[in-house]
Amino acid sequence: MVGIKSYGAYIPISRMNRDIIGNAWGTRSIGGERSVANYDEDSLSMAVEAALNCLNGEDRRGIEGLFFASTTSPYKEKACSSIVATVADLNREIWTGDFANSLRAGTSAMRTAFNTIKSGEAKSIMITAADCRLGTPRSVDEQTFGDGAAALLLGDSDVIATIEDAYSVSDDITDVWRTDQDTFVRSWEDRWVLINGYTKNMKAAISGIMKKRGLTPKDFTKVVLYSPDARSHADLAKSLGFDLKTQLQDPLITTIGNVGSAQPLVLLVSALEEAKAGDKILLASYGDGSDVFILQVTDAIEGVKNKRGLKKSMGLKMMLPTYEKYLAYRQLVSLPEEFIKLFPSASVMWRTQKWVLSCHGSKCKNCGLVSFPIQRVCFGCHSRDEFEEVRLSDKKGKVFTYSLDNLAGGVNPPTVQTIVESEEGGARIYCLMTDCDPKEVKVGLPVEMTFRRFHREGGFYNYFWKCRPAR
Amino acid sequence: MESIKDKIAIIGMGCCKFGENWNKGPEDMIIEAAYEAYEDAGIDPKDIQAAWLGTVSAHWIGMGGLALAEPLKLHGIPITRVENWCATGHEALRNASFAVACGMYDIAIAVGFEKLKDTGFPGLGVGRGMHPVMEMRRTAPSSFAFIATRYFHTYGLSPEEGKETIAKIAVKNHKNGSLHPKAHFQREITLEQAVKAPIIAWPLGLFDCCGNSDGAAVAIIARADMAKKFRDDPIYIKGIGLSQNSMMPHFQPGFDWTGFEVTQRAARQAYEQAGIKNPRKEIDLAVVHDCFTITELIIYEDLGFSPKGKAREDVDAGTFTLEGDLPVNTDGGLKCFGHPVGASGLRMSYEIYKQLQGKGDKRQIKNAEIGLAHTLGGHPSVSCVMLYGNNRG
Repeated sequence: MVGIKSYGAYIPISRMNRDIIGNAWGTRSIGGERSVANYDEDSLSMAVEAALNCLNGEDRRGIEGLFFASTTSPYKEKACSSIVATVADLNREIWTGDFANSLRAGTSAMRTAFNTIKSGEAKSIMITAADCRLGTPRSVDEQTFGDGAAALLLGDSDVIATIEDAYSVSDDITDVWRTDQDTFVRSWEDRWVLINGYTKNMKAAISGIMKKRGLTPKDFTKVVLYSPDARSHADLAKSLGFDLKTQLQDPLITTIGNVGSAQPLVLLVSALEEAKAGDKILLASYGDGSDVFILQVTDAIEGVKNKRGLKKSMGLKMMLPTYEKYLAYRQLVSLPEEFIKLFPSASVMWRTQKWVLSCHGSKCKNCGLVSFPIQRVCFGCHSRDEFEEVRLSDKKGKVFTYSLDNLAGGVNPPTVQTIVESEEGGARIYCLMTDCDPKEVKVGLPVEMTFRRFHREGGFYNYFWKCRPAR
Repeated sequence: MESIKDKIAIIGMGCCKFGENWNKGPEDMIIEAAYEAYEDAGIDPKDIQAAWLGTVSAHWIGMGGLALAEPLKLHGIPITRVENWCATGHEALRNASFAVACGMYDIAIAVGFEKLKDTGFPGLGVGRGMHPVMEMRRTAPSSFAFIATRYFHTYGLSPEEGKETIAKIAVKNHKNGSLHPKAHFQREITLEQAVKAPIIAWPLGLFDCCGNSDGAAVAIIARADMAKKFRDDPIYIKGIGLSQNSMMPHFQPGFDWTGFEVTQRAARQAYEQAGIKNPRKEIDLAVVHDCFTITELIIYEDLGFSPKGKAREDVDAGTFTLEGDLPVNTDGGLKCFGHPVGASGLRMSYEIYKQLQGKGDKRQIKNAEIGLAHTLGGHPSVSCVMLYGNNRG
């Protein structure tokens, strides 16, 4: 049976109390908090985090496809799925695809993967969805939106939940949009958006699949509905006859925010974390129509309790102290000119992607020394090209030495510079530390690797690995 | 291998005033230092047969020897530009020495300069990545802060103890610098000022970091057997050591960050050539690469002045002060002269040269016969040790 083999989610550690935004503009706070991608995160890096969480313990070699879905892809022309696949260290012979432009992108990817596996074209496909949308400063969107990602590994065996069926409706409506000229998300009058966009489409899709399958609301254990805000999903569920108290999944607007095209999948991960064998889940997304899925949880659900799902990310929080930091993180204000002088090179990036993106070090076959980056001539014994590549991204390490640098500039000084000693052969990794309180850094601090956006010198994005305190 | 010992003599040196030389160009500083050296050696510019120039500023990369040919009008002779990180000034002198030692030339000039204050940036080395597309935000202070963090950790020093130890080095160097009219910083500081200064790169504060200065320094060398034709008190090169390591030594598992193999190896080479067995006893003074106070602390150990992990005891005992057993950075070091990269190795040698001639003014130490100049550069990945003496053996 085709279904979900594994899941992963990622919510950035930074949260912003919405009162900070309200205070900044002298407007009403909608209450609660929202997630904020760190200055070195974007949809791509968050998708990677979710993918790596999803892969935790899974066989990477068997995966035949990788999809990336987002309305905020860092590139308008250039695939991000291929980057995620390289960073996740998947096979080279793999089908990658980007799903974009719609809040339904995440479930579009899911339906494509589902159909492909069902047809027998592939045995295993991973989908990732992430968003980091910008609401116009002072708008309600700015408060409502959150940043986050989810990943699902779909396959044809050993599934924790089978996908029983899928159903879609499409609707051309300019209710919420962003043109190629826009930085911020726009929308038409909110009553019209809710009535003629969201509610109408969701109702059509959900009623459609229930009719097709001969199901009634009481047949479902959990109903996972995309929600643009903290309330609309409840109004919708009520009108469809679902019990709000027992069946409805919390859309996490108060704690995370609306994470766009990733939201349905993030909520599904959340539901799966609580699910028991035999549960039936209804999942519905929205965006220029609606995609609906019916899932049936299997006995295998018991084996995945230690996954890095949503709960783990939810529990890790660092509060953003000021609204201005948020503006700086999203490059909405200009900071003092950087003195960083770099020599970007697409060809160098391409040539070195085995260590830059896949985080491989070299392990000498002669003397066993592990080096990062990959070294052709061994530091230890001078043997040439006698090494095997070893993946360091999934290895823990500890801080060997560090500095907190106030001179280096950047968005969020001090820059935490570290030398990490990896558990893999004691390899030394020179890297920046992120997602930390500088005061917690010390020699011996356990760390883990995290993939981050560095800069856009040369007009293209440069990604590389950093470390963060092990959580 | 043959030794360079006593084959080369320095017959003249010059050094411009170091500092924020806003009103001087590189050419002005080079002229100031070179004409002092000409006068000191008693030679005419026309006597110079070959020249080596050391500078690392981006502006001069790819410009060959032009930065020297233009201001000094050294037209018609061979000029070579060299660079080797912070050992660049020494590298110019080292290469000039080899050319004279092989008999190709009788008289050569080595020039080093840097004009950092024209770059618009107040610090050194920000943003050098380890890879063309990587931004590691590596600054010079953080590179050396790594050492401090690890040194304190390894030898069980609390942050307070560690900071106080390196602060004493800053206080000593500022005291010495206050006695040198060509130093950038000529004011003494207190221990409290040094310890409580704003943090640049934890655990290094403002007074743990050398200044960012402009400067130029020049040496004129000749074959040792003809040196006395120029002056009664030439200074002889006793040994030259240089060692290079990889781009980033900390790639290597097992690298302990409490000392640098490049300095240890460069010193070993120079000591062997000069026949030095016990550096602590046989060397009378040293001017070393105190880009940061922690660097000077580990240099004491790398050069064999203090046993490993024990430099702190010598600092507390005042061993390296002007009055101590082995004065170090008698001119105030990089701490007070700043670090105009290409100039530094030659500026250090200028101080040794003057001290060995007994022309150290208020800083003069007693009975100086053997002096050492040391540079350390890169991540750190290169080091040069030069040994000088005032007697030809």
